[in-house]
Amino acid sequence: MRKAAPQLIALGLLLLADWIVFPGFFSLSIAEGRLTGSLIDILNRGAPVALLALGMAPVIATRGIDLSVGAVMAIAGAVAAVSVEAGYPWWLAVAFALGAGLAAGLWNGALVALLEIQPIVATLVLMVAGRGIAQLITEGRIVTFTEPHLAALGSGSVIGVPVPIVIALAMVAGLTLLARRTALGLFIEAVGVNPRASRLAGINTRGLLIAAYAGSGLMAALAGVIVAADIRGADANNAGLWLELDAILAVVLGGASLFGGRLSFAMTLLGALTLQALKTGILLAGFPPEFNLVAMAAVVSVLLVVQAPTIRSRLARGRART
Amino acid sequence: MTRNLPSLVTVAVFALLYALCAMQFPFMLSARVAGNLLSDNAFLGVLAVGMTVVILSGGIDLSVGAVVAFTGVLLAILIEWHGVNPWLAFAIALGIGSAYGALIGAAIHWLQAPPFIVTLAAMFLARGACFLLTTDSISITHPLYADLSGGSGFSAGVMLLAFAGGAVMLRMTRFGASVYALGGDARAAELMGVSTGRTTVRTYAFSGFAAALAGILFSIYTQSAQPLAAVGIELDAIAAVVIGGTLLSGGTGGLLGSFFGVMILGLIQSYILFTGTLSSWWAKIATGVLLFGFIAMQRLVLLVSARRLG
Repeated sequence: MRKAAPQLIALGLLLLADWIVFPGFFSLSIAEGRLTGSLIDILNRGAPVALLALGMAPVIATRGIDLSVGAVMAIAGAVAAVSVEAGYPWWLAVAFALGAGLAAGLWNGALVALLEIQPIVATLVLMVAGRGIAQLITEGRIVTFTEPHLAALGSGSVIGVPVPIVIALAMVAGLTLLARRTALGLFIEAVGVNPRASRLAGINTRGLLIAAYAGSGLMAALAGVIVAADIRGADANNAGLWLELDAILAVVLGGASLFGGRLSFAMTLLGALTLQALKTGILLAGFPPEFNLVAMAAVVSVLLVVQAPTIRSRLARGRART
Repeated sequence: MTRNLPSLVTVAVFALLYALCAMQFPFMLSARVAGNLLSDNAFLGVLAVGMTVVILSGGIDLSVGAVVAFTGVLLAILIEWHGVNPWLAFAIALGIGSAYGALIGAAIHWLQAPPFIVTLAAMFLARGACFLLTTDSISITHPLYADLSGGSGFSAGVMLLAFAGGAVMLRMTRFGASVYALGGDARAAELMGVSTGRTTVRTYAFSGFAAALAGILFSIYTQSAQPLAAVGIELDAIAAVVIGGTLLSGGTGGLLGSFFGVMILGLIQSYILFTGTLSSWWAKIATGVLLFGFIAMQRLVLLVSARRLG
């Protein structure tokens, strides 16, 4: 808990700032059988990036990075929309979309683990080609659909709570159990800290790496389906555009290091929510959305300074003296 | 020989693609089409010069697309709104671009942060700064812009000069040797007496300078400026460098390959334009396939040469 203190304080301060610029910020109400309010809005809008970040977290923990998640979102959305439009039942369309995401992740994993290509380069291939593949699937159109079950994944609600929030929370819980009730989380961190040592210690490094990228592809596909379901259509050009950067930022905001070795799904969720609270706050304060970019640049800069080894060691020395 | 193999393969692939295109469209051999290939891709070429140097040093620069857009917006505001002489505006833009790059390099060195994240923040900042300056598209109507555009060969000339100058810098100067040394093995370079800090700052300053120069060419090419210009162009520049045979881990490669990498990307675009029936997304897929092909080939070359040494 104490490790999460800086993140919780940052999120708290942001929410406080949001409340100052928009007094009705914390009020919740139930309209048409579902919860509404700014807080729910943050959770709901933040869900896709949160899902991407949850997939990205294990990849970053292995000292990797996945640049292709935005393009994979576009592919998955396109597959889901085209499938229901072609008459397949909604669950099969979702299965196809998740399958496409899994395939994309396995491809990335194979490049990184088997061909031992640097993660940035390996995932760059799909980042460049993926959006083209998504456009190929939709034939350049924006494919819209009306299938109610699929649409419910984006805009429906379960006992008043919007579905994207339910999915994101379920994923955090499930992944945390998977990582901490088994040794999987420890293994992934070990690979990030020292790949050679962990291989010598008998960890199946290649298998773990492939699994991490496959998981990232799967989560990206889930996010892509939710975004497509929300707007009831697949836009291969714009779905998930630049969201890979948001996802990476969310993971780093959650206290992970880009040099690998740290994995926490709950903290990653916290990072994604902080990012969304910042964006929502900028909108609520009446600034144009372009301000997001400047604010995000400021956030990254602060993070870099705080995480800088030179400054850390100086702080540590200062503490030792007192 | 194995070291130069990737670049030679790039030249061969370009020649092969060009021959295939020329067989289908004989007019591709005309001087005009060849000239257009140079001038249409001039700004990408200049970006690739800067990106090659950064990647050779073992880094990456994601901010260049945003710097291109910022340069365009700045030029439009200076020239159109304040009546500044375009040449003076160019000089100001190049100065700001270099200073911004130097700042990025300093941050990477002093904060010991991954270049990926630092240049990501720089990208957000430069793109945001564009929007703070203007949210509209501004057309540039200064007569000099009309003189420099299109058939004048100015853009193509600047790009060829940039490649030539960059090649001289990399091969003949101490800075160039430092870039290769840093990218090959940062620790060994430091032990040999290469100043990593100074080299990093200069590398990114050079990339910022190239991005501003590319921004000038881009604004001449489009005769206008808008804050959303050149989104994602950094990926094309990185792709051109990789297709050109420069290793993304740094230390190996050069500008000859990057030049033909840019030309291959340009050729794909022209081919799709000429056929008329192929959709634009095939360009992305073709780029991705080429990227994969070259990365896989580089792995093979490395494995073979490692086995020979071992």
